[in-house]
Amino acid sequence: MADTLTPVLSDNWDQIKSWQLASYQRSGGYDALRTAFTMQPADVVATVKDSGLRGRGGAGFPTGMKWSFIPQDNPKPKYLVVNADESEPGTCKDIPLMMASPHTLVEGVVIASYAIRASVAFIYVRGEVLHVVRRLQQAVQEAKDAGFIGQNILGTGYDLDVVVHAGAGAYICGEETALLDSLEGRRGQPRLRPPFPAVAGLYGCPTVINNVESIASVPAIVKNGADWFGSMGTEKSKGMTLYSLSGHVTRPGQYEAPMGITLRELIDLAGGVRAGHTLKFWTPGGSSTPLLTAEHLDVPLDYEGVGSVGSMLGTKALQIFDDSVCVVRSVLRWTEFYKHESCGKCTPCREGTWWLVQILERLEHGNGTEEDLVTLLDLCENITGRSFCALADGATAPIASSIQHFKDEYLAHFENGGCPFDPMASTVFATAGASA
Amino acid sequence: MAENHATATDKPVPYSTGDSKITDATIAEMRELMARYPQAQSALLPMLHLVQSVEGRVTPEGIEICADLLGLTGAEVSAVATFYTMYKRRPVGDYHVGVCTNTLCAVMGGDLIFDRLKQHLDVGNDETTEDGKITLEHLECNAACDYAPVMMVNWEFFDDMTPESATKLVDDLREGNEVKSPRGATICTWREAERVLAGFTDGRADEGPTGGKATLAGLRLARERNWTAPGGSSNADAQKED
Repeated sequence: MADTLTPVLSDNWDQIKSWQLASYQRSGGYDALRTAFTMQPADVVATVKDSGLRGRGGAGFPTGMKWSFIPQDNPKPKYLVVNADESEPGTCKDIPLMMASPHTLVEGVVIASYAIRASVAFIYVRGEVLHVVRRLQQAVQEAKDAGFIGQNILGTGYDLDVVVHAGAGAYICGEETALLDSLEGRRGQPRLRPPFPAVAGLYGCPTVINNVESIASVPAIVKNGADWFGSMGTEKSKGMTLYSLSGHVTRPGQYEAPMGITLRELIDLAGGVRAGHTLKFWTPGGSSTPLLTAEHLDVPLDYEGVGSVGSMLGTKALQIFDDSVCVVRSVLRWTEFYKHESCGKCTPCREGTWWLVQILERLEHGNGTEEDLVTLLDLCENITGRSFCALADGATAPIASSIQHFKDEYLAHFENGGCPFDPMASTVFATAGASA
Repeated sequence: MAENHATATDKPVPYSTGDSKITDATIAEMRELMARYPQAQSALLPMLHLVQSVEGRVTPEGIEICADLLGLTGAEVSAVATFYTMYKRRPVGDYHVGVCTNTLCAVMGGDLIFDRLKQHLDVGNDETTEDGKITLEHLECNAACDYAPVMMVNWEFFDDMTPESATKLVDDLREGNEVKSPRGATICTWREAERVLAGFTDGRADEGPTGGKATLAGLRLARERNWTAPGGSSNADAQKED
C-alpha cells in the first residue's frame, strides 16, 4: 500500500533552482535517458505499455499503445508533439510542472522520441505563460549544450531536435488535431479522423501527441520499472498523478497521489472546505466534465470510478465550489467561454454554443421559464457528438449535469426574478470586508 | 455579467499608419524562425509574435511581409492572425493587464476585480488607457486556478488578487515602479514579452522561484508526514528552496 501522497513528478520542486540542469541532475535527472539508451526503442515502448500509464491530458488513452501505433515501416519522418497548451478551465498542473522542473519534461521528450524514432519533437506551449516559455527555452538549450539533444546523442548515433513553440491564445489548440494545424501555421481547427495522427499527423507524417504530464511520467517509469509504477494506483488506472485542487478549500494546490484517491481525502489534506461553508459542487477534471456534488465525495478518482458516476476523470482539475456559489452563473460563464473558443468549423458547435448562452443568460437574469430548461436539454442533446471534436460535448457537460443536480436553483432564478446569490459572498476577500 | 465581455469598437484605428518599424534585421530574424522548422509555414505564429514585438500590434505591413516570406497571400496570413486572441489589431499599451473571469476566478473575485479596474483605469475590455500604458482585457482560464483570483501582466502571473492589490498593481505599472511577478520575472514591456514568445530568449529564466505556495502545497505536506513514492525520495533530505 503506497503512502497517501507520492511525490514523483513534484519531488524536486522544493530544490534550489529546480528548473536548472545542474539541480535536476543532482536529483538523478537524465539517468533514465541513459537507461533508455541501453534498451531497444521497441523495449522502451513495451515498458511504458506494461506500466499501464494512461494519457494525463483528459482522455486516458494508454500512452504506450499510442506509441506502438506509429508505423515504423513508414519511410516518412516521425514526430513527437507535446501538448503543453494547458487551457481547460480548472486545469493547472502542467504549467507549474514546466515552471518548476522543465527538464523532467525534456528528458521524457528525448526518451519518447527515441522510442518512436522521431527526428524532431515539438513542445507546443500556450503563449499566455511567458515565464514557463522562458524556462522551457532555457532547459532545451541546456540539454542541447549537455549533449542530451542534437546529433549523435550520448554517442548512440541517435539524432533529435527539440523546438519550443508558443501558441497564441486559442483553447481549441489543446485538441490534438487542431494543435497540429496550428503548429503547421494555420488556424487551429480540428481535423476529421481517420486518418489518425499516428498515421498522418504533422505534415502528413506519423505523429504522437502526448500531454505534458504523460511525457513527464516516462523518465520515472524507465528508471524504476513498470512494476514500480503499477504498485501505485488502481487496477486499471495505474501510477501517481497530479491532482489540482482549486476554489473553496483552505490550501488549494497540487497534490501528487496514487490514482484512486477520493475527493474526501484530498479536501482533508487541503485543510477542508472554506471555513463556515459546505461543498456544493465540483468538477472532477475541468469544466468539460459533468459536475458532481457532495454525494460523490467517496468516488475513487480514477478513470473507472469517475466514469461510473456519469462523469470523467479528465485532467483531475478539482474545482471546489461551496454553498455561496450560484450554479447558474457558473455554468453561464463556462458556456460563454465555449462560445468564444468554438473555432467555428462545425455548425452544431458554432451555432449551438451561441444559443446556449442566450438561454442561460435569460435564466440567470430571472427572465427564463421552465420550458427554457427543456429547450436547453434538447439543444444539448442535439449538439453532443455532432462535431469534429469534443469542444461542444464539453460545453454541454456542465449544463446537463447542473440541471440534473440543481434544477431547483434554476427554477428559483425565475421565481425570484433574478439571481438569489450575492456575488461578494463567494470571493476570497468576502471576509476581509473589502468591496468592489 | 455579459457586459464584462463587451469590446468597445467605436474608436477606429487606421488600417495602416504608414510607418512600419519592420527592418531588414526583423526580416532576417523571421528567416531564422522559419529555419527552425521542417516546413517554414510552421513559423507563422512565432513570426506574428515578432511582428507584435516590433510594431506593437499586427500591422498590414507585418502581414504582407510574413506572406511574402512564406509564399502565402495576405488573406491567408490575415486568416491566421485573426483566429488567435493574442494577436491584436489595435495598438497594445506597454503593459497588457489581464483579469481571469472564467468561472472559478470569477466567483473567487475576478469579476469584481475586473469591474474595479475598468472603473479605476476608465477603460472597457480590450481598451488602452490614454497614456498608452495599460491595455485591460478579461482572460479565459490561464492555468493557475489554485491561485484564484488570477491576473496576468504581459503574461506573467499575479496570484491571489483582490480589488485593492489589483489597483495598486496597475498604479505601480503606470508610475513606472519596478514590478515583479510572484512566480516569474521583473515585468518587462509587452513588446519585449512578445519577442520571447516569438522564440528569442531574454536571459530572465532564472528569475523568480520554482513555484508558489499552492504549487508546493502537496509536496510540503508529504515532506512533513514522511510520505514518499515506493522506494523513497532522493530529494527529501537535500537542500531546499526557502
